[in-house]
Amino acid sequence: MTARLLSYGVLTLVLLFLIGPFLIIVAAALSAGESLAFPPQGLSLRWVFKVFEIESFRESFGLSMALAIFGTLAALLLGVPISYAIARYRLPFGETLRTIVSAPIIVPGIIVGLALLRYLVIPLDVDIVLALFIAHTALVLPYAVRVVSASLENLRSDIEEAAVLLGSSRVGAFFRVVLPNIRGGILAAFILGFVTSFNQVPVSLFLSGPGVRTLPIDMIWYLEITYDPSVAALAALLAFMSIAIVFIAERFLGFSRYV
Amino acid sequence: MSEDSFLSLNALTLAYGKSVAVDNLNLSIKKGELIAFLGPSGCGKSTTMRAIAGLMRPMSGTITLDGTDITRVAANRRQVGLVFQSYALFPHLSVFENVAFGLRLKRLEAGKLKQQVEEGLATVGLTEFVDRKPAELSGGQQQRVALARSLVMNPKLLLLDEPLSNLDARLRLEMRTELQRVQRETGLTMIFVTHDQGEAMSLADQIVVMNGGLIEQIGTPEDIYNRPTTRFVADFVGFENIFAVKNGQLATEQGLATLGDPIEGHPSGLAWRPGMVKMGEGQFEGEIIGSSFAGGTREYLLRSELGPINAEVDATQTIYQPGQRVNFDLPVARAAILQQVD
Ligand SMILES: Nc1ncnc2c1ncn2[C@@H]1O[C@H](COP(=O)(O)OP(=O)(O)OP(=O)(O)O)[C@@H](O)[C@H]1O
Ligand SMILES: [Mg+2]
Repeated sequence: MTARLLSYGVLTLVLLFLIGPFLIIVAAALSAGESLAFPPQGLSLRWVFKVFEIESFRESFGLSMALAIFGTLAALLLGVPISYAIARYRLPFGETLRTIVSAPIIVPGIIVGLALLRYLVIPLDVDIVLALFIAHTALVLPYAVRVVSASLENLRSDIEEAAVLLGSSRVGAFFRVVLPNIRGGILAAFILGFVTSFNQVPVSLFLSGPGVRTLPIDMIWYLEITYDPSVAALAALLAFMSIAIVFIAERFLGFSRYV
Repeated sequence: MSEDSFLSLNALTLAYGKSVAVDNLNLSIKKGELIAFLGPSGCGKSTTMRAIAGLMRPMSGTITLDGTDITRVAANRRQVGLVFQSYALFPHLSVFENVAFGLRLKRLEAGKLKQQVEEGLATVGLTEFVDRKPAELSGGQQQRVALARSLVMNPKLLLLDEPLSNLDARLRLEMRTELQRVQRETGLTMIFVTHDQGEAMSLADQIVVMNGGLIEQIGTPEDIYNRPTTRFVADFVGFENIFAVKNGQLATEQGLATLGDPIEGHPSGLAWRPGMVKMGEGQFEGEIIGSSFAGGTREYLLRSELGPINAEVDATQTIYQPGQRVNFDLPVARAAILQQVD
């Protein structure tokens, strides 16, 4: 009995710990007061509307969106063939390839960001947006490879041979019978990559320039000068967006199967 | 390579990396024949099929189909169909689209395509399931879709890798009849792989018995069953008493033994089924060390000067008791004549 109470207690604490900050942010966002505070002073939606009026938020939101979409697409463009090669051909360097591809998960973002800045952006004078795009692609790639590999593993390879014997070319067989069957995995990888990229802070921190900031970085920057609840309102909006994406993905794809 | 050979494999050697799976295979098949590859697991049956289909490049040797050397022809241009043991249906496509897959690649006009797919499905008796996905079909139904998918392509040669192995006894019989009917109606040349002796015997025009990457014997079911020529085939079809022959005598564990009748020709060995052993009279003597009732017959294991002998006697005849000494004979006239006993 006590053991059971204890386990419920722990569960409640964990949930509070996970959901608590989110609730606080939502509450702070609905404040009618002038500064970021909890408990909020009065209730209003004025800060939620304010978010859409702030020019820099609109710009950095656009940049983050573009990075998340195109970075993830690029990662998939690289990741699908890599996963396919690892799954289908017993590559002599398959394991090495897997390790290299997963490196960005393991290496702390701060280091990746610093390395890119020090050895790519500064010496080669690479455009900062391009550097961000490269960085986000590299960060998402390991997730793309992992998720796509998992769905390839469940797909028998003899269906490709069957397609070939029915007159298809090898490449045609990939597009006709492999791709349609790993569609779910690819969509799951896209969503996971999108969220990962969109929420990315440490790497982007190093790769910001005048007028070029991703949304999370812009929020930090905004907080440094203005301490009004609009940041909380934005954070709450973003949290709802993420939840909506994952919910839809789970609903239609069984997202949790892949991650 | 005879004149009328439709498919011929000439000195075909197949290897995975450096390990040879099929060694110097020679085989020639006539048009319209139904051939069975029979042999134990791992003897290279699937490997040979894959090479004929073009999914595997031979290490050496050539493959000729319908007068052309197809050794270097890509798999998708060979017009060879293969029904996989695992069916290999496309999971994302309906039964209809699975069967239509190859026809669509041929850019067949829609009306014709529909007609051919429906004909193909009718041939295998699956007309009511066109809209189902493979996962919604039973194993036997999946197998029939796989068969229809290959048949509609009108291949020159159809290969079937253990087409019946995953079916229950009833379906197996049904598919067996189905295959025979399709073959009779279309005149299609077919090769199928099986582990099952009975299946090979009842279906095939010719049986190719393989063992360890080599062909042991090629022949009609009667040949294989009644006239095995190697120790392996003899053993496989139930000739349990197998002896090498040296200088016209049987080579036994206790040295050479002379049979009552002279051995004609110069065979390497002789073999007898248990039922061919004559019990109760003859020049040899043995002690019964085991017996078992087998329905209409009774099986005995004897210890004799020739070594262990398996004999089978009609159950209505004299019953021997363990420990009893019995005379027996191995009639030369009934023996299978082996060319190869090692
Ligand atoms: N992909 C592979 N890589 C390496 N060796 C293989 C491969 N596939 C088969 N072999 C080997 O080649 C030999 C022949 O295999 P094959 O699959 O042709 O046998 P089989 O006669 O079809 O057996 P089964 O009746 O069990 O299907 C076996 O010794 C097997 O271990
Ligand atoms: Mg096999």
